Amino acid sequence: MESQIILLIFILVLSIFLGVELITKVPSTLHTPLMSGANAISGITLVGAVLSSGSSEIITIILGTSAVFFASINVVGGYLVTNRMLGMFKKK
Amino acid sequence: MDISILVNLTYIAASILFIVGLKMLGSPDTARQGNLLSASGMLLAVVITLLDQNIIDYKFIAGALLAGSIVGYFAATKVQMTSMPEMVAIFNGFGGIASLLVGSAEYVVSSLDNPALMGAIYLTVLIGGLTFTGSLIAYGKLSEVISGKPFLYKGQQFVNGLLLLAILLVGVNMIFVQGMISPNETLILLISLAFVLGILFVIPIGGADMPVVIALLNSFSGLAACAAGFVITNNVLIVAGALVGASGLILTNIMCKAMNRSLANVLFSGFGAVSDSNSEGSEEQGEVSPISALDAYLILEAASSVLIVPGYGMAVAQAQHAVRELGELLEANGAEVKYAIHPVAGRMPGHMNVLLAEANVSYDVLVEPEDVNPIMETVDVCMVIGANDVVNPDAKENEDSPIYGMPIIEVDNSKTVFVLKRSMASGFAGIQNPLFFKSNTRMLFGDAKESVSTLVSEFKG
Repeated sequence: MESQIILLIFILVLSIFLGVELITKVPSTLHTPLMSGANAISGITLVGAVLSSGSSEIITIILGTSAVFFASINVVGGYLVTNRMLGMFKKK
Repeated sequence: MDISILVNLTYIAASILFIVGLKMLGSPDTARQGNLLSASGMLLAVVITLLDQNIIDYKFIAGALLAGSIVGYFAATKVQMTSMPEMVAIFNGFGGIASLLVGSAEYVVSSLDNPALMGAIYLTVLIGGLTFTGSLIAYGKLSEVISGKPFLYKGQQFVNGLLLLAILLVGVNMIFVQGMISPNETLILLISLAFVLGILFVIPIGGADMPVVIALLNSFSGLAACAAGFVITNNVLIVAGALVGASGLILTNIMCKAMNRSLANVLFSGFGAVSDSNSEGSEEQGEVSPISALDAYLILEAASSVLIVPGYGMAVAQAQHAVRELGELLEANGAEVKYAIHPVAGRMPGHMNVLLAEANVSYDVLVEPEDVNPIMETVDVCMVIGANDVVNPDAKENEDSPIYGMPIIEVDNSKTVFVLKRSMASGFAGIQNPLFFKSNTRMLFGDAKESVSTLVSEFKG
């Protein structure tokens, strides 16, 4: 368990540094789409929600299924609205 | 091959798609493809998760996925671009509550004597919960369901202190001690405290500071997902959550810099409530000089460089299409037209850019304050449309002003400034603007859309 936690923390730290590098380069023109696109990515918690929703305990099913509902709004809405916005950015 | 290896390899592929997708969001030419890549990463991650052998029943998953997707689809396709900030705020909240529910679902079935797991669940529920209620309050403030004014009361620090202490004690009980109160009570208590924390955290923050708050809540929604990744020991949640967490923090930092304030100042000072007394002091501003649309047209017609400075007021008046048309006519008339966009113009980072993009303004004529300020003396006409605080010279000249030190677009250095304004009411931050009283400023009173349309018809006529 301990070694697994350390590995996960290792991944976490590297991901944060990677995130900082990636986002610093985004121009301010794209900050709103960046935010809604990043927002959609945070819906990744859907993966955990699906696992809970598919369990055998009734309480986990209830909690998990509600989580699936909210996370899928976040994911589907987030990606679609980002796509819609980015479609508007045009250059002459 | 063991299915779990396949699942994990797919999670790596999904993480790569998120990373490349975010990288491609860095340029307008590739941003749309980047978003599609990121979305396909998400699809991949969800589909492979459905193969998990521990899943017993698919009907609840399918029903919730379908219902959520329908709601998301309609929200995304119907939302007005002016309402984007509210939309992102509420989506942040949904991400937060989803993480909270995942953490809770794990808590009720896991053994309590694992401190690492309990710590991860604690953080997931806490961050998810405060993101949820905080986002709802931000949504309410932005959509003006509740007042955008900062809500301050006596003993606020004390109440917040007590709340934090209670949250800390619940954490100690949950992670290390156990048994002081029953597990179910612990969970319900933690959720309630997290909800209250979210409300108390956003309610004292004024409407003008909402861009900072949304960016911060965006970061939190990522961190909640990240903590949920620790709960279910899932790499893709950790990677994706951390990317979002980092992105939100950077945007928060950019917003704070653009207002010359520290994050602590934004969160705890209740801007505006304090500044009311100051604005009384700056009286004797003199007379404003109004101008008619016809006279404004004559000046614009002779101008060879025009800088348009839009603010949220332009979006409220739905004037962006008329503004774009005016810009095109000015260009046809031989003038160079640029749009100067302040980082905190609008209600979220980059909001103005989206609104102008919607009105078909090419993104290469949008410039930032540091690009135009050095050449401001050469600009013939600045048209300030629905912006106020971001062009307020008090930020440079008046040390007593609450916005002193904030980087602004220095329109007062140009040859002529037109301010399109409905009336003499003060801006979102509630402070006076001496720009209106400068000798090179002309006030074009009226609805922004009507004024601009009149100018357009003068050019056409």
